[in-house]
Amino acid sequence: MSLVSRVLEAAGIPTVVIGSARDIVEHCGVARFWFSDFPLGNPCGHPWDRDMQAATIEGALKLLETATGPRTTVRSPFEWKPDPGWRERYNRVRPEDREKLLAIGDARRAKRGQAPRKGAPGIS
Amino acid sequence: MDQAPGNAPVPYMERTRIYYRALGYENDYVWAHFDDVPFARLAKPLARATVALITTADPPDRSSRDARGRRHVWSGEVAAPPATFDTDRAWDREATHTDDRETFLPIDATRKAVAKGVIGKLAAHFHGAATDYSHRKTLEEDAPELLQRLRKDEVDAALLTAL
Repeated sequence: MSLVSRVLEAAGIPTVVIGSARDIVEHCGVARFWFSDFPLGNPCGHPWDRDMQAATIEGALKLLETATGPRTTVRSPFEWKPDPGWRERYNRVRPEDREKLLAIGDARRAKRGQAPRKGAPGIS
Repeated sequence: MDQAPGNAPVPYMERTRIYYRALGYENDYVWAHFDDVPFARLAKPLARATVALITTADPPDRSSRDARGRRHVWSGEVAAPPATFDTDRAWDREATHTDDRETFLPIDATRKAVAKGVIGKLAAHFHGAATDYSHRKTLEEDAPELLQRLRKDEVDAALLTAL
């Protein structure tokens, strides 16, 4: 989405990216970024929370007028629900999952017709 | 190593690199990076601007995918959005869900901003950006297609919401 933003900005259309992967968006670099520090999936507010969603969109829209230069990031004032574990859980890799994850990768490569992993079962 | 102490934002690039290494992939994904960042200014006051919505979700019938499964830009009317969406992207399935469209395609919330006079108008169409692994496809095919569609609706600005 950051790449789309860049093309639109270069063509003269101002944009605001509303997202939750701050490192990825800022690594690319966009004009205006409204950062919702939530699990990926709900950048515009908690599900079914209409007041939070309206406030989020209003805040993001105002950035169109208030940002004075590129790489403007504003962090949403809203927090995720009481669930301290979500930051640690996403795509976590635990030692005990090693074999399971390799098997998932092997199945994915086979499904996509990609070269098998060296050392995968049945591969010498 | 992966560090996300306390309330620091999740380091998604590092987390993803470690995860795909664990899946047995040897080459890390290379995220887009630029030193220069284009910046456009509104050509008219925000209160008179027409704003379009762009999301990364797909239509429920997967009609935005071609025979090879590659995703393409698609559009819908804000007056009649699909009842459901295909949200088969890398969102956090353990922490949340994508059952509420307004969390990734905020049509009603943007209408409220129109009613309050924050912006002038919501564009007639919303759009699905076909963001995929290929930077080239996004930059050379999909983003120019989106630009064309925005111009057709005489859009002054766009909100981009990534699942």
